[in-house]
Amino acid sequence: MFAYVLRRLLYALPILIGVNLVTFALFFVVNSPDDMARMQLGVKRVTPEAIERWKVERGYDRPLFFNAGVQGRGQVTETIFFQKSLRMFAFDFGRADDGRDIAQEMRDRMGPSLALALPTFVLGLFASVTFALILVFFRASYLDFWGVVLCVAMMSISSLFYIIGGQWLVSKLWALVPISGYAPGLDAARFLVLPVAISVIAGVGSNARWYRTIFLEEISRDYVRTARAKGLSERVVLFRHVLKNAMIPILTGVVVVIPLLFMGSLLVESFFGIPGLGSYTIDAINAQDFAVVRAMVYIGSVLYIIGLILTDISYTLVDPRVRLE
Amino acid sequence: MGFLPVLLWTDALFFLLLAIGVATIVHVRREAPLRAAWRRVGSRAGGMASAVILLAFLAIGFVDSLHLRPQLPVANGAAENAPVAYSSEVLSALDVLLAPLRTRVEKTYSAPFATELYARETVELPGGGQARIYPRLAWGGSHLGEATGERDADVARRIATGVAGAMEVWIAVAAILVVMLARRRGKGMGEAARALWRGEADLAWRAALVTLACVFVVVILAIKLAPYYHVFGTDKVGQDVLYLSLKSVRTALIIGTLTTLVMLPFAVALGIMAGYLGGWVDDVIQYVYTVLNAIPGVLLIAAAVLMMQVVIDTHPHWFSTAAERADARLLALCLILGITSWTGLCRLLRGETLKLRELEYVQAARAFGVGTSAILRRHVLPNVMHIVLIALVMDFSGLVLAEAVLSYVGIGVDPTTISFGTMINMARAELAREPAVWWSLMAAFAFMFVLVLSANLFADVVRDAFDPRRS
Amino acid sequence: MLRRFPLLLVFCVFLAACGPVWNDPYPASDQGHNIMYSAFTDRPKHLDPVQSYSEDEATFLYQIYEPPLQYHYLKRPYTLVPGSAAAMPVVRRYDEAGHELPESAPASQVAKSVYEIRIRPGILYQPHPALARRADGALHYAALSATDLKDVRRLGDFAETGTRELEAGDFVHQIKRLAHPRMHSPIFELIAEYLPGLKTLQKALAEEAARTSGALDLERHTVPGIEIVDRYTYRITLKGAYPQFMYWLSMPFFAPVPPEADRFYEQPGMAERNLTLDWWPIGTGPYMLSENNPNARMVLARNPNFRGESFPCEGEPGDREAGLLADCGKTMPFIDEVVFTREREGIPYWNKFLQGYYDASGVSSDNFDQAVTMTSQGEVSLSDEMREQGIELLTSVSPSIFYLGFNMLDSVVGAGAGAEGQARARKLRQAISVALDMDEFVSIFLNGRGVTAMHPIPPGIFGAREGEAGINPVVYEWRDGHAVRRSKDVARRLLAEAGYPDGRDVKTGEPLILNLDTTPGGLGDKARSDWLAKQFRELGVQFVVRATDYNRFQDKIREGNAQLFFFGWNADYPDPENMLFLLHGAQAKVKESGQNAANYVNPEYDHLFENMKSMPDGPERQVVIDRMVAILQHDAPWIFGFHPKAYSLQHGWVLNRKTGSMVRNTLKYQRIDVERRDAARAQWNRPIVWPLVLVGLLAAAAIAPAFVHYRRRERATALGGGR
Repeated sequence: MFAYVLRRLLYALPILIGVNLVTFALFFVVNSPDDMARMQLGVKRVTPEAIERWKVERGYDRPLFFNAGVQGRGQVTETIFFQKSLRMFAFDFGRADDGRDIAQEMRDRMGPSLALALPTFVLGLFASVTFALILVFFRASYLDFWGVVLCVAMMSISSLFYIIGGQWLVSKLWALVPISGYAPGLDAARFLVLPVAISVIAGVGSNARWYRTIFLEEISRDYVRTARAKGLSERVVLFRHVLKNAMIPILTGVVVVIPLLFMGSLLVESFFGIPGLGSYTIDAINAQDFAVVRAMVYIGSVLYIIGLILTDISYTLVDPRVRLE
Repeated sequence: MGFLPVLLWTDALFFLLLAIGVATIVHVRREAPLRAAWRRVGSRAGGMASAVILLAFLAIGFVDSLHLRPQLPVANGAAENAPVAYSSEVLSALDVLLAPLRTRVEKTYSAPFATELYARETVELPGGGQARIYPRLAWGGSHLGEATGERDADVARRIATGVAGAMEVWIAVAAILVVMLARRRGKGMGEAARALWRGEADLAWRAALVTLACVFVVVILAIKLAPYYHVFGTDKVGQDVLYLSLKSVRTALIIGTLTTLVMLPFAVALGIMAGYLGGWVDDVIQYVYTVLNAIPGVLLIAAAVLMMQVVIDTHPHWFSTAAERADARLLALCLILGITSWTGLCRLLRGETLKLRELEYVQAARAFGVGTSAILRRHVLPNVMHIVLIALVMDFSGLVLAEAVLSYVGIGVDPTTISFGTMINMARAELAREPAVWWSLMAAFAFMFVLVLSANLFADVVRDAFDPRRS
Repeated sequence: MLRRFPLLLVFCVFLAACGPVWNDPYPASDQGHNIMYSAFTDRPKHLDPVQSYSEDEATFLYQIYEPPLQYHYLKRPYTLVPGSAAAMPVVRRYDEAGHELPESAPASQVAKSVYEIRIRPGILYQPHPALARRADGALHYAALSATDLKDVRRLGDFAETGTRELEAGDFVHQIKRLAHPRMHSPIFELIAEYLPGLKTLQKALAEEAARTSGALDLERHTVPGIEIVDRYTYRITLKGAYPQFMYWLSMPFFAPVPPEADRFYEQPGMAERNLTLDWWPIGTGPYMLSENNPNARMVLARNPNFRGESFPCEGEPGDREAGLLADCGKTMPFIDEVVFTREREGIPYWNKFLQGYYDASGVSSDNFDQAVTMTSQGEVSLSDEMREQGIELLTSVSPSIFYLGFNMLDSVVGAGAGAEGQARARKLRQAISVALDMDEFVSIFLNGRGVTAMHPIPPGIFGAREGEAGINPVVYEWRDGHAVRRSKDVARRLLAEAGYPDGRDVKTGEPLILNLDTTPGGLGDKARSDWLAKQFRELGVQFVVRATDYNRFQDKIREGNAQLFFFGWNADYPDPENMLFLLHGAQAKVKESGQNAANYVNPEYDHLFENMKSMPDGPERQVVIDRMVAILQHDAPWIFGFHPKAYSLQHGWVLNRKTGSMVRNTLKYQRIDVERRDAARAQWNRPIVWPLVLVGLLAAAAIAPAFVHYRRRERATALGGGR
């Protein structure tokens, strides 16, 4: 097990290098270091000298990938790519273009992101599973039929409408919760009720439908028939046996997203003014702050890889037959 | 007046897609197993109903894809042999059809069916002095003249005649269908009609007819009412919201279909190769898609969209009109969404090919020395096509929804392209007005909802029919 | 999905315990306090007075730092009055030989001008750890080690604070900081033109910075041209005459910064904790930054050491009637704390304002656009509902301009070949100027938030004429006491004279195609480009909008590849020089990489500009300006778009607010009626509970048949039916 995880982690290295290369290439096709300097220095009264000074000071005066101007190893190391990427692997993100420390900023913003994403995840899973169970319980009845129709209808609505509509109804018309904002500590609950509820509702349609098919597959298996033949009531069959077994594919399916919860939700965070990592990313894109975008991409891919490994591990935990080689 | 036909890139690809669709139909009619699968789709009420609605949207998209540049009027005093000049504005056949909606622009917001602007204005009275009144619209209900009080009666009359007209058309269509069914089955007309009505026909024609009736009512009501009223109101600059909604349909269709089309060759080729060849090819392909998957989607899309934008901007000479630029951006968006979404399909195909490779007939073909490419083409590819089809229909609705979000964030279609995303983006501040302007948002919502809902229903039916595990 | 409702109910019950209002975004403990609530949209990038140049940052910075001068809060036209200076600076001008020149001497004779600034004694800095001293007088936090900083996250984590008296040396220190090679001051190049000593200083500092990675000690350097006369007096010697320098003295670029602050923040370990002067300002102003979380909240608290200033007793006519002089002579500031909340989206921002949770709109009130309606006369007003709520609207024309520039290097609209070609291009520009109905543009797209511009100088700044003398005769004519836009026929005639009758090239018959380069947010969106195309279509001209992202747009402008472009300029100070220099030949974008994006060059104009620049306001200057404006109107290198109007919406409980974009240190003047606010909030935000009840009932109604069904099924199973 340990050796397996170690090998997977080593295998992650080339992937991370690839991710870095892709981000780097994409970004610098779009932006020259001059553009970045101009973005940071503002529009008014920017002189070429000022731009040059900025580039030198931030280390953007080197060539991108290959430095023909120096000898030997320096050809590779004396480049923006090498200088800016290497430290990433040590999780040293440096400073954003506006001078703030990125790691510090991420630590500050992780809390709000998680405060939104974790309840959304847990409640969403709970709501979807419950709803799916109800549907399965009443399978092949009018409740099931309309339930599925409801699911499909709900997943056909753009999340933008959920957010705009929810905010308008609940916060504006009914004045039940603050429209946007965030406060640390317990006080955050007031601000999070609505975004969490909206995220859960927006996701419940597709998830419940998916879980329903999983449950239905499970219910057609032999052991369920045996259980019924033993005379167990429908309820016992469903909750004791089907639920337990169906949770395996569901849980292993969602494990991969758990680490990504840190990344927050771009849309909800910016609509509800929650100062999390999602809105940080959007800000960075808008401000073309390469250092932040690259750091976020890096963190995102690291979390993704962790998610993959966790998924593998979770298989062995729920199914002893699976061995990690 | 003359015009110059314009074939935009997305038009060409869209027509290519339609051609592929037609070719597929021809192919399906010849292959019994495929015909049976499609028959399963047709026998489901949901499948037929959603297919009818999708076809209606497709028709709008098709008409909107026929682009042209109208000829400019000959200048006064120009020489006889002066070259014919064409407008730099690219219109579509839909624009021409909807010319009344497109050109009848009010000053600013007006509610659906309104005859007056939405906000009060202070105007100078003819006899001096001022008054705060709701100014009369320039076009909305203009045929009523001063008698705006008769609007409700007028609308009701038009609705009544519209519904009656729709029913007439519908009865005609239904009759033709009955005749066709009767002839094919060799039964009497009455018997065929009864069978159809009871839902005993082998395809769900009843559902199709009911849906068709709804479509007819909506279309004919729009034809009856839209030239006289702004059925969905007008937006901030007085454009008819119905027109904007209809124009958004093409954008949604293009994004939903072309994205899958452009990524399909990569996904299929790489997926099959990875699964069949294994070894280092598999490793490389897996590496590529893990890398792409590992980059958070929105960031990848944002960066790629910005990059495409730069490419487009640095080559202005590629495009002779603004429409071509906007079109290039739309195509670029399809490509980018394709790049970020092919990995899922690729992985599915790889897994399926791994299974197929071990099957006896493939092993046998290999033993007989059939070349790799021939095996892939003849034995593997046909057997994974159902996965491709399912992916195509399943991805559609997701892509339509994604377009709205991306355009909202500002990394979607060109701002001059009318799409659901740009509509929502413009409408988002309107709810905050006092009193709220809700119709732009509602129109976008309604159109998107119907489109995505029917796509979802259709995808479900198709999956049920083609997925071997489910039949 | 049914699961969320009980949860919501629980929360609501929990909320109900907090008070009658459920949607208050602020902690309950803040209620009834003398706190002002405002919002900001874009996070401030720099709070270091050397770098900060944007309006978003000014909102904070001007309340914290006190430059020597400030604008009078009420008087218009804008008048400079002493801020931290004891009196207006004394200016002495000398010629080459070093003789002092009389005030009447022309600027061309001036070789140097000496500004002597005397500051008010007794001004104290805000409490700050950088100024904390031990009993022996040594700085408390001068040599911090890694262990000292272990638990430090924010400035408040330093237990000790201190203060000291403001000295002339602090002002000089800040001027030196302008040359700091790691700080990129946006005005360095401009000021160094007049203060050459700064350039030498920068060179010396850059060399030092290349040698060491550590802090640079500015104290060891002196700058020729800047001297400390005594504890409270310093002197700045400028090359030549630069009367506009007075205006710069009202900006934080010239505010005092204690050298101790630099020493404090430059210790190792500080920057990693975001403890820099860029994030934690130290000033002498009425407020100090007490919470700095640019992602969510910035809080300004009253500076306990503030010297106390009294509210002005005179203003412009009408101020007394408006109640603006009611607090005359009272000690400022009035408000204890100002909470700025980050509000990224317009809808929440606006709704919170309507609910009474923001006291007034911020500087950029684009989000509040929907609040106002425009009458057909172009007057803006509030809707009746809002007036009933007691919301007030203040408007004033901003000292800025948005214009459509013609690239004078372009072969079609710019410089034609020879005198005849130039005349043709000019006619074309004039035709376009007439055809593009900016009045309609302002009314449709800005909701009336602007006045159409006749020339570059915004109203309210010296040189801008009003009435008949002020109109642009190319585009407007004066009829019955109104400026009336010339008709499209005039545009068509001019177009024909330019060689494009009906929009066709008279020689080739090709339609004339014009390209507008812009950014998607500027004119690039669908509605605007449609509108523009419509305007041109009426002339038969084909019009293409090329919207590109901001960097690409800048590239085009810089390389001179644009044809028409949409641009704006905010005046730094209320002087016509700051607007007219945008068309000065020496500022040409492509050649000189200056601010003249149109690349317009006209020798006569340039000559007049050089003269006008250093003239004192008066009839003579007006004559020169009139001539310059006439040249511009005739040559039409710009379509003078519009001067945007600043809107400020405020609730009735906010007092003493007056708009005026030049005055930025406005917080100290304002006052709020807390009781009135609390009452209004309670009245406007009564929660509506019935939907919750309804949802609960609906859920029950949905579950009931399911339950019945379930019971029936259970019974069926029990009877042995099963499935």
